[in-house]
Amino acid sequence: MAEPLFAVRDLRLALPDLGRKPLFGAAPRIEILRGLSFDIARGEVLGIVGGSGSGKSTLGRALLRLIEPTGGTIRFEGTDITRLPESALRPLRARMQIIFQDPMSSLNPRRRVGAIIAGPLRLHGFDRIEARVAEALAHVGLPPALARRFPHELSGGQRQRVGIARAIAPGPRFILCDEIVSGLDVSSQAQVLNLLERLVRDLGLTLAFISHDLSVVRRLCSRVLVLDEGRIAEAAATADLFAAPQAACTRALLDAIPLPDPDQPWA
Amino acid sequence: MSYLVIRDLSARLKGDGTRLLRGVSLTVAAGEVRGLVGESGAGKSMIGRAVLGILPRAVELTGGEIRLGGTDLLALPQAERRRRVGAACALIPQDPMTALNPVRRIGPQITDPLVDILGWDRARAERRAREVLAETRLPDPDRVMRAYPHELSGGQRQRCLIAAAFVAEPKLIVADEPTTALDVTVQKQILRLIAEMQARHGTALLFVTHDLGVVSKVCQSLTVLYAGRVIEDTTVRAFFRAPAHPYSAALLAATPRYTDPEGSLTPVPEAVLAAVRAEVAAADAGVAGAEAARHG
Repeated sequence: MAEPLFAVRDLRLALPDLGRKPLFGAAPRIEILRGLSFDIARGEVLGIVGGSGSGKSTLGRALLRLIEPTGGTIRFEGTDITRLPESALRPLRARMQIIFQDPMSSLNPRRRVGAIIAGPLRLHGFDRIEARVAEALAHVGLPPALARRFPHELSGGQRQRVGIARAIAPGPRFILCDEIVSGLDVSSQAQVLNLLERLVRDLGLTLAFISHDLSVVRRLCSRVLVLDEGRIAEAAATADLFAAPQAACTRALLDAIPLPDPDQPWA
Repeated sequence: MSYLVIRDLSARLKGDGTRLLRGVSLTVAAGEVRGLVGESGAGKSMIGRAVLGILPRAVELTGGEIRLGGTDLLALPQAERRRRVGAACALIPQDPMTALNPVRRIGPQITDPLVDILGWDRARAERRAREVLAETRLPDPDRVMRAYPHELSGGQRQRCLIAAAFVAEPKLIVADEPTTALDVTVQKQILRLIAEMQARHGTALLFVTHDLGVVSKVCQSLTVLYAGRVIEDTTVRAFFRAPAHPYSAALLAATPRYTDPEGSLTPVPEAVLAAVRAEVAAADAGVAGAEAARHG
């Protein structure tokens, strides 16, 4: 049995609730992740779904160690990264990347596209930076001339492609996609999803795809985790989940989706 | 007789003259919900903003009519136009966080227009605000009136904005992607609330969205736009049975449908885009030709 890319065991995360902090003494803590255990296999596209406040974005950020868990373990390619200091994490970061929801606020408005994609490459000491930037742009289907443009000169779909190019440029094993199509209109959504499917195949990527939209998840993901109040409510192969959803919260998420069909019962 | 009648409305960018709206015509009757759909940049929000008179400074209207209850707004002096729109129209904006002032309590944000524009006394405005907040099913309207926006959830904030839109009993509401920032379960509650309040008050509602799934749930009629031109104007029933224009059919095929993973989320094909662009260019040439002939 091949070692999974990620092995997560009893992951817990609590943050101080500053809204209820007394004048003196520590704020009470809210538990956001309450003991999650799962693996992410190499080459898998894992969907992470759930309603607002279910902990899906927090889980994503913990996987990349952008926040430190309060308990449990996260192993990435066999290395326990749960408590690694930033200096030890740095060399691993080229291998785990993130694409954000809003490309307008996650791309520096004062830098040209070429410099934005080159940033992480310089940080990790890569050579042939210009060639790698051109290669990344080609992978996401953008013309090389776009490297000289600024983010505000691009359409929403093009900006999200730049976010994808920046993530794939350092040659990562794993990419976390946090609601990356929810800000796009439907035809750009379809294009970006097709692009991701192709990149997974061509570059041998493993993805965790966070979304509240099960239609999009069904298209892209091989397996799905449904989160509810910081716990895994259901984990299933995508086809099984849609054929026979088990958890009540999964059914609620499915029923809430407005299908483009005036005859769908939706009351 | 439709309450809102837009006829042949055109707009362009002041700087380089880029055409933004190309002779748009549509109507919304009292009690009707019309969806205004299209991709980013198709001009759907622009139409709503033109009606409300809140276009960005860089945009100018170059022709057409916007009739509200029979009166052409564009023929009125600016002050009179603002007074009429202020009394009869309201907006439900997209982002409930940026549309509310973060350093003011909810109560005055809802009552200010009643006091400042309609001249009500504060006690009457506050009674009305509590009444409409209760209608949006926010628990404990008194507490909500005293709350700051950050003390409420995204769904609760959107309910406050819906209350603010309905507070002065407007005849027309423009809803500009009101649920795009919300997750699906909250979206469902908010859409049902908007539809229910609209039906109860018989409001004319222009619903701007890029999501045909949402259109099929809340609208009776829809207008499909591409590059500021009306591509299709039809009823929801007819549209979802068989879209008349190839571009609208492609837009429908791009809409996610979890019941049909293979047949949905298909990008709009290049050939369809080329054809619709050619159609827009031909219409532009026709307009230019007619103008040239008129100026002889």
